[in-house]
Amino acid sequence: MKKALVNLEHISKSYDGQLILDDLNLYIRENEFLTLLGPSGCGKTTTLRILGGFETPDAGKVYFDGVDITHLQPNKRQLNTVFQKYALFTHMNIAENIAFGLKIKNKSKAYIDDKIKYALKLVNLDGYEKRMPDSLSGGQQQRIAIARAIVNEPKLLLLDEPLGALDLKLRQDMQYELIRLKNELGITFIYVTHDQEEALTMSDTIVVMNQGYIQQIGTPEMIYNEPENAFVADFIGESNIISATMIQDRLVEILGTKFACVDEGFGNNTPVDVVIRPEDVELVDLADANAKYIIEGTVTHVIFKGVHYEMEVMANGFEWLVHSTGMFPVGTKVGIHVDPFNIQIMNKPESEDEEAVGVNE
Amino acid sequence: MIKTTAQKIYVALIFIFLYAPIFTLMVLSFNASKTRSKWGGFTIKWYKQLFQNEEIMEALWNTLLIAFLSALIATIIGTITCLAFNYLKKSNRAILLGMANIPMLNAEIVTGISLMLLFISLGIKFGFMTILLAHITFNIPYVILSVLPRMKQLNPSTYEAALDLGCNQWQAFFKVTFPDLLPGILSGFLMAFTMSLDDFVITHFTKGPGIDTLSTKIYTEVKKGIKPEMYSLSTIIFVAVLVLLLLVNYTPKDKKNK
Repeated sequence: MKKALVNLEHISKSYDGQLILDDLNLYIRENEFLTLLGPSGCGKTTTLRILGGFETPDAGKVYFDGVDITHLQPNKRQLNTVFQKYALFTHMNIAENIAFGLKIKNKSKAYIDDKIKYALKLVNLDGYEKRMPDSLSGGQQQRIAIARAIVNEPKLLLLDEPLGALDLKLRQDMQYELIRLKNELGITFIYVTHDQEEALTMSDTIVVMNQGYIQQIGTPEMIYNEPENAFVADFIGESNIISATMIQDRLVEILGTKFACVDEGFGNNTPVDVVIRPEDVELVDLADANAKYIIEGTVTHVIFKGVHYEMEVMANGFEWLVHSTGMFPVGTKVGIHVDPFNIQIMNKPESEDEEAVGVNE
Repeated sequence: MIKTTAQKIYVALIFIFLYAPIFTLMVLSFNASKTRSKWGGFTIKWYKQLFQNEEIMEALWNTLLIAFLSALIATIIGTITCLAFNYLKKSNRAILLGMANIPMLNAEIVTGISLMLLFISLGIKFGFMTILLAHITFNIPYVILSVLPRMKQLNPSTYEAALDLGCNQWQAFFKVTFPDLLPGILSGFLMAFTMSLDDFVITHFTKGPGIDTLSTKIYTEVKKGIKPEMYSLSTIIFVAVLVLLLLVNYTPKDKKNK
């Protein structure tokens, strides 16, 4: 395992008496692409600002490479930030923008010129030296903001929703671009976003946050396939979250019907939440004599989404959300089948506090 | 067709009413004859006499010096005030901004008399300093009015980006925030300069004997009977203010206007 580059220990922060971060603990490994993911107000941006040095935590310590930097000024930290609204200096041209940090550090002109060339090449904007920021598109401005940050050779790059202002197509292109950049530079990225798709695409590790607490830390696959609680399941992708009872190991009763599952160790007759992703709900034709299904239902809504159909099926008093490439018209009676390994069992939160408890890997 | 002609005549009439008096003044300042009712041929002798008149030249110097100093000091104070406004809560900011704007709407004569009374009660000797202080006072709101909108357009992240790239707070301000504010600061300065140049009422109440600015000088001269030099002086002031106003309006307010 690679060593931790950043350690956040017992960080708390509040504004005007409102608690934003409550006893947050997190470590970030060297060369990791870590994403802080959560709805607005969950504390992700505050966490990033504490790392950047723009906020001081009320309690707790920030360690960078083993050194306590909690109270260090931003300009003394070996990290750089890419801001949400680019924050380019509009009165300087692109070359001056990129050179800004290097000039402050009194680097030689030859060194700076080299770096500008290198950085512009890296972000695919060679030849833009003399342009003014206002004459570039949003995507280009964001690339310049990234170039301006990385010429300083930070060990850690903080990115605060850098793609938030771009349109969908450009955002997807920039996601691949960022992954490529990270691999070429070999530095650590901490990325803040509320977009779960962005987080799943780019990250090595995702930290799901809500209301100042870490909900789950894990790889994109773990977060998606094995959400720890209903919040994570609901926030990452669409899902059917149903209240159920764990009858015994490998058997769960959902809406009055027993389903086989693969989870063990929840005890007998324990109330749980189950998560079933819409693409894991299989619909079968009742007319087919060989059809294997567990419960029956009626299709109530059909929407064509391009890649798949989104359908709602009423069964056992619950509207099941289904994604499927096959389509059943509204009103059709269908069978619902779910494979045991596609049923994810989660402990029910006993109180709000428990729901919010940080669960480490 | 008739409509557009009527529109043009209407606009022309407005401009005649607005500019006819000034035009008359300008014409008379080049009139060789001393009587106002008769055109005695073109001359610039009134301008020559004006520049040879030491009292007027001194008043001109006072006016320019006061305008420059008061605009400069008001610009510094006003800009710092705007920076402070930035860190206030919205409700407090609205209240303070309102308070800062009231002097601008206040009748000049009231401002003038209250400043005079203040200087008397503080025992400050009337003269150059009292005029300067008065002008700084009434100029500050104009600077705030011109800098604050610019401040609101600032992307707060640029200052943090400068810190992030290695600047200390002073460097970040002077390298990033200040250049962004500069158009607002410049137009605030020019506006303050114009206001100071233009002022009569407040200067009249705060100047004391022995010192004059152009406006108060003209006022005293006119009481003695109008000399044609005064026409040339007024013409010069009008042109100077006009040039300044044009400068203020052509200062780039927002580069993003495409």
